[in-house]
Amino acid sequence: MKQLLTRYGATLTGAMIVATFVWLVGMVILPYLVMVDFSFRPNLLPVDIGTDKDHYTADNYATLFRNQIHFLVFLRTLWGSALATLLCLCVAYPVAYFLAMIATPGQAATFLLLLVIPFWINEILRTFAWFIILAYNGPLNGVLRIIGVISSPIRWISGSGAVIAGMVYAYTVFMVFPVYNAILSLDRNQVEAARDLGAPLWRIHWRVVIPHAKPGITVGCILVFTAAAGSYIVPSILAAPGTRWFTEIIYQWFYEGQNWQQGSAYAFLLLILCLAFVLAMMRIFRVGLADIAR
Amino acid sequence: MSQEVALEGVTRRFGEFTAVRNVDLTIRAGEFFSFLGPSGCGKTTILRMISGFIDPSEGVVRIGGKDMRGIGPNKRPTALIFQNLALFPLMPVWQNVAFGLEVRGVAKAERRKRAEDLLGIVELTESADKSVSQLSGGQRQRVAIARALAVAPQVMLLDEPLSALDLKLRQHMRAELRRIQQRTGVTFIYITHDQGEALTMSDRVGVMSQGVLQQIGAPLEIYNDPATPFVASFVGEANVFTGRVASANGTMAQIETETGTFTARMGRGARSGEPAMLFVRPEHMRLGDAAAAAANRIIAAFTHAEFEGNFVNVFSDGGLRKPMMAQARSDARLLGLTHGETLPMGFDPADAVILPLGDLARE
Repeated sequence: MKQLLTRYGATLTGAMIVATFVWLVGMVILPYLVMVDFSFRPNLLPVDIGTDKDHYTADNYATLFRNQIHFLVFLRTLWGSALATLLCLCVAYPVAYFLAMIATPGQAATFLLLLVIPFWINEILRTFAWFIILAYNGPLNGVLRIIGVISSPIRWISGSGAVIAGMVYAYTVFMVFPVYNAILSLDRNQVEAARDLGAPLWRIHWRVVIPHAKPGITVGCILVFTAAAGSYIVPSILAAPGTRWFTEIIYQWFYEGQNWQQGSAYAFLLLILCLAFVLAMMRIFRVGLADIAR
Repeated sequence: MSQEVALEGVTRRFGEFTAVRNVDLTIRAGEFFSFLGPSGCGKTTILRMISGFIDPSEGVVRIGGKDMRGIGPNKRPTALIFQNLALFPLMPVWQNVAFGLEVRGVAKAERRKRAEDLLGIVELTESADKSVSQLSGGQRQRVAIARALAVAPQVMLLDEPLSALDLKLRQHMRAELRRIQQRTGVTFIYITHDQGEALTMSDRVGVMSQGVLQQIGAPLEIYNDPATPFVASFVGEANVFTGRVASANGTMAQIETETGTFTARMGRGARSGEPAMLFVRPEHMRLGDAAAAAANRIIAAFTHAEFEGNFVNVFSDGGLRKPMMAQARSDARLLGLTHGETLPMGFDPADAVILPLGDLARE
């Protein structure tokens, strides 16, 4: 504070503080507070607003536990996002290890660029590409039939399978980068030392590489899980009609149900789920905020 | 238990570059053997071939008579101590030491006990539960030794493990390493560019330059009877005179140089009538009155002296490209010489060796 004053003077410092304050309060905190307020009010007709019926209630939150279908969707979102996160880790870890420890710097740069290029295309288009690939008469079934793996086409887009596949495709990059960064700082000699002491490959990874990469793995899991749980496009395109994602229900409350009170409550429930996941990951991997910030 | 290590015609190329050229050598079981050479001479490549991280392009590495081709580093009876030690920072000290036992499926309680025993050997018992980052450089060094000993290796490989330590600690660790080697009886193969380390600890030393093993011998032999000009100049200091062998008479010869004609021992490969180099150690140079009695005499001009405490290095201009260096016991008269003053120097034929003209490349 004192440094700011001596460097920029009173006027400029004051302006910066006011600007930061306006942004933080006006654009971040207040909208959230309005939503919190919304989520604890009943959805009333305009006539009833301000009458006895207009009082704070936790009903909107309780709806989730009263409505079996919504609760099932909530659980599916939790389970599906966790599964997508795990699959992303399984795909990303070998890639990250290869890029950080085995590839030459030139190879690593090329691979990382190739990983990023698909993200220059809109997410909707990328997801539609998967829709086409996985379609009943699509190329995947076609290729599998030509090489004789299957005799009749498989309906891939049923249940949550296609959603998980689409998410793994869309979010693996969020796992690769933090894990790659974490492994990059591992001293290669430690891998060789473990090998020299007789350790087989799996034990080198289990005892040396993974413990070292833990903060990166935690960050990757948090990024993928929150992106998956909050994803709207992938499930709305790739999910079968009977398997909705929780974000779709929130959308319905806001736009189709015109019940913002209920929608806000559901949105906060999703936020709580994500926060709980973040805290659980940090606890399980014994990683602190300072480690993640590295 | 220790094993001999044999290198048979071992060559290693990296693309166009030949890092190690046709090395033939048998390191005896229980021996402390050092590879000495400047950085880039191929000594680390040899160590990595013995440990199994890289394979020879040609030739065979045998440990205990057994061909090691196709056997990975995790299956060889060797343990490597890395230059930067490569301790596992996320494990406490005792788990570092016990890592090799963990790999071999030893139960946890037994691992802990064996780790403590090994930490006892390196006098670190009370640090078992500390984190590696809490230890000093010398303590980490000893943890690395204990970790390597834990797998009961038959051959211990050390890649310049003392280079990161300060002088006092390095000298202490030399004695420590030698003590551990003698106590365990394991074959030690030690890589260094520091001649002091190689000469003080080793049973035998192999001097390397540009991928070629120049000479193998006991430290005294390497120092007193260098096989090549490179060895003579890399190991210890030497005054070098270039010239031509005039006449040879058995083991002794006359060599004509720009500075004068001298009598000296014939070294390996030196032949009458051919260009050659004469090497004289600074401590064999006699100064002043003592020089008059020597068979070989040079009149030089004193330039400067470096007082080292127990001895003094005297530099003088004898018409060579580099100043001539003589090492003598400190005495006030030597330190009182003035620049340009005439200083007779001399050396005995037995203390000087003639070697064929060769490469003096050194770091």
